[in-house]
Amino acid sequence: MKEELKFLCPNGHLGFAPTKEGSYYLGVREKPDFILCDSGSDDIGPGPLGADVCASPREWQTHDLELMLVEARRLGVPMIIGSAGDTGTNSRVDMYLEIITELARKHNLPKFKLGYFYSEVDKAYLKAKMDQGGMIEGLDGRPNLTYEQLAKTDRIVAVAGVHPFMKLLEMGADVIIGGRSSDCAIFAAPAMFHGFSADLSYYLGKVLECASFNAEPYGGKESVLGTITREEVKVKAMHPQQRCTVASVAGHAMYERSNPFFEYVAGGVLDMTHCHYEQYDEKTCKITGPQFRPIEGKIKVKLEGSSKIGERYIGIAGIRDPYTIKNIDQVIGWARNQVEEKYGTSGYELHYRVFGKNGVMGDLEPVKESKSHELGIVVQGVAPTKEMAEEITMIGTRQLFYARLPEVKGTAGGAAFMLDEVLPASPGYVWTLNHVVSVDDPLELFPVRLMEVG
Amino acid sequence: METVKLVDLAKTIRSKNAGPDKITFDIIFREKENYDLVKSSGVVSRERICDIYNLQASEIADFVEFDPAYAIKFTIYRRRPSGSPGESDVFGCQQYAPLLDLEIPVAL
Repeated sequence: MKEELKFLCPNGHLGFAPTKEGSYYLGVREKPDFILCDSGSDDIGPGPLGADVCASPREWQTHDLELMLVEARRLGVPMIIGSAGDTGTNSRVDMYLEIITELARKHNLPKFKLGYFYSEVDKAYLKAKMDQGGMIEGLDGRPNLTYEQLAKTDRIVAVAGVHPFMKLLEMGADVIIGGRSSDCAIFAAPAMFHGFSADLSYYLGKVLECASFNAEPYGGKESVLGTITREEVKVKAMHPQQRCTVASVAGHAMYERSNPFFEYVAGGVLDMTHCHYEQYDEKTCKITGPQFRPIEGKIKVKLEGSSKIGERYIGIAGIRDPYTIKNIDQVIGWARNQVEEKYGTSGYELHYRVFGKNGVMGDLEPVKESKSHELGIVVQGVAPTKEMAEEITMIGTRQLFYARLPEVKGTAGGAAFMLDEVLPASPGYVWTLNHVVSVDDPLELFPVRLMEVG
Repeated sequence: METVKLVDLAKTIRSKNAGPDKITFDIIFREKENYDLVKSSGVVSRERICDIYNLQASEIADFVEFDPAYAIKFTIYRRRPSGSPGESDVFGCQQYAPLLDLEIPVAL
């Protein structure tokens, strides 16, 4: 059994912005035992999952996969990717398999085993669970899943823990392309497969998953190297100007989670309350003391689901008249009214964001009295058809121009248009599932497969 | 009493999604002294956050003082999930600005 393993993470979200090559090749020189990262996030909103598309160009994703594949095969070490193509849907996994196969041909790589798993969830599977009295529990204050919410949902992925990755390593995979996965499981799985403790393995994943976001000074898309031993995890920044410090690594525990002490994955919770951070050398931080507590009873797997609200158009208007600015709510009220006169108050959505007032923060904005001398208004109309979305957005935008304010001096038009048209945007989607489902077998939602490439 | 703005004491003040239904805020200090000063001032509190962001107490999901990173962290529920039509900060990353100007009392 090995006493130490090294993990090279080149990117905190593969393909979202291209991996920086300098620090990556410095990392490769350290002879890692694994090259691995995640390629997905729910940060990008519900659109890509709902529409089953990527949030990043294929070219960027190919670039990052190529860097990893070529060096992993040259070193003869496994390459592991989770959450393929931003969302981890089946089509994104297939797309990555295609890219890997093309790259293997391009570089004339000797034969290797390409393992993969899917993570899309059939609505019928969840319905059957609910029919049998099973609850699909809501997270973050959401109610449990209803039949109605389920029926509305267009696409669902389950978030894998270590299980499918460990299974594929056991089957001898050299390269793994995962469907939607918990970021930290991508790293924890190979460490646990080689017999390292769950406590340190999950922590290793937690600290590595965002690559150089755990280093300082701030700079994304640079590589970091994690090392696990029987007693500790070490993490080292590969960029010559970056360091992993106690502050940067401890600070990263907080990133993108509600509570810095706990990280929940399929199978349990990582408790970082008793983590001890120590500066090991100039560029390296050493961590001891994390604890992983396996769940009692059935494993709970997180589900993400997205539902289409409708087709969407965008309108843009500018306001410069100070009197109009002062009465902007009335102006928007007028325009909204014109839409309601034709379409009533339901069956569509019409949203106004007023930049210069509270466009970024909306109701959370504490500044109530705007001092802006001009306002930018973005109008969004969402409706069942493109034609209707276009029309409500057009009425909602153009009627800003016709708004009737009693004392306005400018009577030739109340709003300035960059262009007197409304623009087609991607359809509107909403997150309908942020839930967990209990499973008997942690692999039941994640079918694993192996093929030969090269 | 003299006051100093939070922006002049903290190294990092940021906000970001914590899943689709929450936004989390981090106030991180380089020096332990500044962290202790702000922590003991009580200015950054659940009540004050509700006040700043027009929230009900139940809309705060978490409030944590995180000693290992010299950080104060709190998390709020979004009123609508990230990226819903009409939302304008899909990453939740521009919601921290009102914290910058918080006045922290300092004894001179």
